[in-house]
Amino acid sequence: MVLQTIKDKLAARQSLCREEALFLLTQTDFLQLGQLADEQRQLRHPGGQVSFVVDRNVNYSNVCCCKCRFCAFYCDEEDEAAYLLSYDEIFAKVQELVEHGGTQLLMQGGVHPSLKIEWFEELFRQLSKRFPTVQIHSLSPAEIIQIAQLCDLSVEECLTRLQAAGLKSIPGGGAEVLVDEVRQTISPNKIGWRQWADVMEIAHGLGMTTTATLMFGSCETPDQIVEHLFRVREIQQNSQHKGGGFSAFISWTFQPSNTELEGEFGGETATGSDYLRVVALSRLVLDNIDNIQASWVTQGAKIAQVALRFGANDLGGTMLEENVVAAAGVSFRMTQQQLIDLAHDAGFTPVRRTTEYGVLEVY
Amino acid sequence: MSDVISRVRKKIADGQRIGDDDALQLFESDDLFGIGQLAADINRQKNGDKVLFNVNRHINYTNFCVNQCLFCAFCHQAGDSGGYTYNLSEILNKAAEASAAGATELHMVGGLHPDLPFEFYLRMMATIKANNPHLKIKAFTAVEIDYFSQISKLPVEEVISELKRLGLDSTPGGGAEILCAEVRNQICPEKISGERWLEVTQKIHEGGLKSNATMLFGHVEGYADRVDHMAKLRALQDKTGGFQSFIPLAFQPANTRIPNAKGPDGIDCLKTLAIGRIYLDNFQHIKAYWVMLGLKIAQVALSFGVNDLDGTVVEEKIGHDAGADSPQALDKHEILRQIRNAGKIPVERDTLYRQVRIYDHVEDDD
Repeated sequence: MVLQTIKDKLAARQSLCREEALFLLTQTDFLQLGQLADEQRQLRHPGGQVSFVVDRNVNYSNVCCCKCRFCAFYCDEEDEAAYLLSYDEIFAKVQELVEHGGTQLLMQGGVHPSLKIEWFEELFRQLSKRFPTVQIHSLSPAEIIQIAQLCDLSVEECLTRLQAAGLKSIPGGGAEVLVDEVRQTISPNKIGWRQWADVMEIAHGLGMTTTATLMFGSCETPDQIVEHLFRVREIQQNSQHKGGGFSAFISWTFQPSNTELEGEFGGETATGSDYLRVVALSRLVLDNIDNIQASWVTQGAKIAQVALRFGANDLGGTMLEENVVAAAGVSFRMTQQQLIDLAHDAGFTPVRRTTEYGVLEVY
Repeated sequence: MSDVISRVRKKIADGQRIGDDDALQLFESDDLFGIGQLAADINRQKNGDKVLFNVNRHINYTNFCVNQCLFCAFCHQAGDSGGYTYNLSEILNKAAEASAAGATELHMVGGLHPDLPFEFYLRMMATIKANNPHLKIKAFTAVEIDYFSQISKLPVEEVISELKRLGLDSTPGGGAEILCAEVRNQICPEKISGERWLEVTQKIHEGGLKSNATMLFGHVEGYADRVDHMAKLRALQDKTGGFQSFIPLAFQPANTRIPNAKGPDGIDCLKTLAIGRIYLDNFQHIKAYWVMLGLKIAQVALSFGVNDLDGTVVEEKIGHDAGADSPQALDKHEILRQIRNAGKIPVERDTLYRQVRIYDHVEDDD
């Protein structure tokens, strides 16, 4: 019954409601759910293209005052392993990215206790000048809020200044689960869900594109995953008349190794079928977001490929450098050619894209 | 639903056997959900919602091998550094550990050792059994059995009956690789032929032991080679009924010597397991061997016609030497969680696929 209603709504291009989403996540046959998502992916991307971006993560610092309990990357400022990259070190990394044909710089740090906006403005100005072909896709909402607070700026003033200095788009990290009850358990010192949403809405208002993420598999319930998806969909709806919006939705799973939560949850995280269910559900619920990413970094190449048949149409970045997930004990690595093969072998046309999902090269 | 799925579905509903051409078309089809659903339906009819696992331990007793198969990253030649052979007391220690950890099975396979006499294996069997009478011993592929016959100058039948007499309970299904000669010439030229593997396996079954049947896929073979392989297994099963499960093994390319082989991708793994379920109508069990597939794909495969997740394993060396990124072992609690998470009921089985315990209530777990 419910499934038929859902099918009818999808056919009529109507948005699903929370109850229907929960039914899909918890009660629908796994293969039926996948097939529904596969059909919606086909409708939205009829050319059968699967995209990826050549990018690099640069983690400018691991000093972080959030100390999230699911994170294995953060340090205190006085820790021996604490670091802050110099401009020159960052330029050298971006130079390498350019030499690999990269077009996206995903720069994120910890939420640094004392780095002021001037440090970022100067950095972005110099990066824009030196590397005009690289889009600065950097600083998650928690970092933006930190910079704004530290410098007594409103979020809008902060983003406007960073944008003027060269920040083009914002990654959706730090969303975790957009339900404060969950955040209290896994990231009690990080911004609440409403602040995350504020940054995104203001960025969209300034004409920026951003992404939205979901980290699941820790302690959230299925209802809370559904709530997360609906909040993302509502933010996107409110942004529709603005110049910007979410370009993509990315879900990944909590990686327990070396984190404070490892002991608490016994190292358990989402299974392969949990992950594919959430990918499929995100395609079906987020009917106002074009692109759904598959996370090979956390799932491995095999599951990422299967995700392309469970609603995903994008493989994210080639990730010339990735430190944060690696710190939590997962070290999947893929070359650009492997990403191309993976999409091709699944019957898709691989394309290299810009941050804004423009096609650069068809393979 | 695609044409090939409707046709195959109809054949099965009419009680007909599906042909090799049908299986080939299934491999060539991109109807992942149609294939998966059909395999899941067949599996549900045969096995309900139960998914089997066993509590076992692998003992790879030596990595010296007179064969040097190109797909293998485990084998060492005499004199190589990194080569090892466990002595009897090391093997007994591992068996005792397994026993203490609640294992019901030892899974023992090794290389074809250049010097050890057949008496070593007989003694190994007898001593393990004497010390652990309740442990079932699943050991020696058809390739090893054939080799024992060569080094002992005894007929294969006698090798089997001697091992059985001293404690061998069943044999694993390794060494089948891909049975056709053209593929074997490329990946394992020194190994016994496909015909010989089938012949020895038939003798194992006739000697009163069950075995499994593997298929190493995702290297140089084509879909037609896989179908040919499964056709030969199906024919032998018609004759003997001695196969318990079919185990597609995902080729792991690291440290091997097959140029450009990258191993099967995720979709290929799921399709191959599902087609195994659809085509092998005389096999009761299809196993997702998580060591080679990766745990995530193996768990997803439970929705694609698979009803066996292998075991706790412990200290697997062969797949891991070739770069498998799965863990070395799974504890029972994690296996139960993975199976339940796929919406299935976990059932612990023994080596001979007899039910040891059904875990149908979470609160009863120990």
